Amino acid sequence: MLELKNLYKTFNAGTVNEKRAIDGLDLTLEDGDFVTIIGGNGAGKSTTLNLIAGVFPADQGSILLDGVDITRLPEHKRAKYLGRVFQDPMMGTAATMGIEENLALANRRGQRRTLRPGITAQEREKFRKQLAALGLGLEDRMTSKVGLLSGGQRQALTLLMATLKKPRLLLLDEHTAALDPKTADKVLQITEEIVARDKLTTLMVTHNMKHAIQYGNRLIMMDAGKVVVDIRGEEKKNLTVRDLLEKFKIDNDRMLLSE
Amino acid sequence: MNFFPSLLNALPGALAQGLIWGLMAIGVYITFKVLDLADLTVDGTMCTGGAVCIILMTHGVNVWVAMLCAFIAGMIAGAVTGLFHTVMGIPAILAGILTQLALFSMNLRIMGGKANQAINPDKYDLLVSLRNVKKLSFENPILVTLIFTAVVIALLYWFFGTEVGSGIRATGANPNMSRAQGINVDRNKVLGLMLSNGIVALSSALYTQYQGFADVNAGRGAIVIGLAAVIIGDVIFSRIFRNFALKLVSVSIGAVIYYVVIQIVLTMGLNSNDLKLFSALVVAVFLAVPYWKSKHTRSKVKPAAAKEAPHA
Repeated sequence: MLELKNLYKTFNAGTVNEKRAIDGLDLTLEDGDFVTIIGGNGAGKSTTLNLIAGVFPADQGSILLDGVDITRLPEHKRAKYLGRVFQDPMMGTAATMGIEENLALANRRGQRRTLRPGITAQEREKFRKQLAALGLGLEDRMTSKVGLLSGGQRQALTLLMATLKKPRLLLLDEHTAALDPKTADKVLQITEEIVARDKLTTLMVTHNMKHAIQYGNRLIMMDAGKVVVDIRGEEKKNLTVRDLLEKFKIDNDRMLLSE
Repeated sequence: MNFFPSLLNALPGALAQGLIWGLMAIGVYITFKVLDLADLTVDGTMCTGGAVCIILMTHGVNVWVAMLCAFIAGMIAGAVTGLFHTVMGIPAILAGILTQLALFSMNLRIMGGKANQAINPDKYDLLVSLRNVKKLSFENPILVTLIFTAVVIALLYWFFGTEVGSGIRATGANPNMSRAQGINVDRNKVLGLMLSNGIVALSSALYTQYQGFADVNAGRGAIVIGLAAVIIGDVIFSRIFRNFALKLVSVSIGAVIYYVVIQIVLTMGLNSNDLKLFSALVVAVFLAVPYWKSKHTRSKVKPAAAKEAPHA
């Protein structure tokens, strides 16, 4: 269970560019919740995810994961509990290292790294099976450098890396926004399969309203650093893009365009 | 004209120097290529290692123990740069310059306030010496350094294959991804800098024994020579050598090539005072090669794509 309590974050405080990105945010996720987050540019969606991941500290408030306060934990220590996929396909993988090497690094998330071998034969076997399950043919290119993969392949690999060790919380920050529609659908399909299989608690930021409605059991809309809409259960199942648009008079160009 | 005889005469020396500096360049490779940092600490460490080694040996310490201490001294210097960079947030280049400057005073202190400290190869049991460079024996510095380099490369190959070593490689390749995978990026940078400077100090200890003296200016411009070796090795061998150990081998060969070229231009009559100018220019050109190459291939591709466009 994730609890965000009364979170605040201001960027460039005290300058002309001062921007209150998160403004008293309260949010609780139950175990197994798959929450999609929508909202205009600057609504605080990515900032929320980055605060949870510890990319920068919160000004006020607290973040609790399964009752443990992680508000002050450095990013690399929180990684133990979190799986993350970023918007930029370049960000989640090491381009100059092989596919299997990237997976081996992810397979040690949350463990003390010692002088034992960085990758074992058993791991290779396990990775081969898991890569084959993605259906992208990556199982035959295990030693290829990740820099040679397409954006979609890299996102699928990052997703696999994020979930290789079951995370308490999966953070997806517009992870299909940089992909073409067909590849985006494929990556989302893989996402849904993995989330369902491992019953992962998930937060997925998206600009695509259709995706926000189609996936997950709960939908949140953010505006000016707060949750303004929270739809779940039956209501979420019956939701349409038209409902969302009419109900909340959304006037964000980018969201309309990606309908 | 006796260009070739005198070149041949000087070649064994160039080979030995190249191999010793190749070890130093392997240290530079760890920061420059693996960690993606330009670490200027090495200009100081390239003197520190030798100073520590010689002072300890002249005080009766065994050569291997003295070299171990040199290695540790180098690691400490690397740790200082690493802490300047990670804990104090100083940009890596500046952090290296600061440590390098501080090391100048430290090196003088280590050498008892003297700018120069000699060691007599007759009195002490040196691992390598200039005098044996043309001897066909197990004392030949070329052979000794070759074995030494092979052992260092084997150890590094093992280390960068471990969990810790993979973490250091990941830190250099993508710090964002590393943090997301629970890797302590700051600690790994410090570790990498320590290892790098330790190896540079080892090379320094060998070089000092080879020459028979430690000099406070020994490390001046060392980073340029190290980079030259790394880049020459990369430009020439990157297409054939893909394995990590072979990449380190190519760095060592790069250093040998550098010293042989230097020997050739010196034999051809280059004033040795102009050597540093020449080195800087050579490195500038080799640094530019990958950049020019990438520009060249891009301009090649463009017209071909334009031709295909009407059919699409």
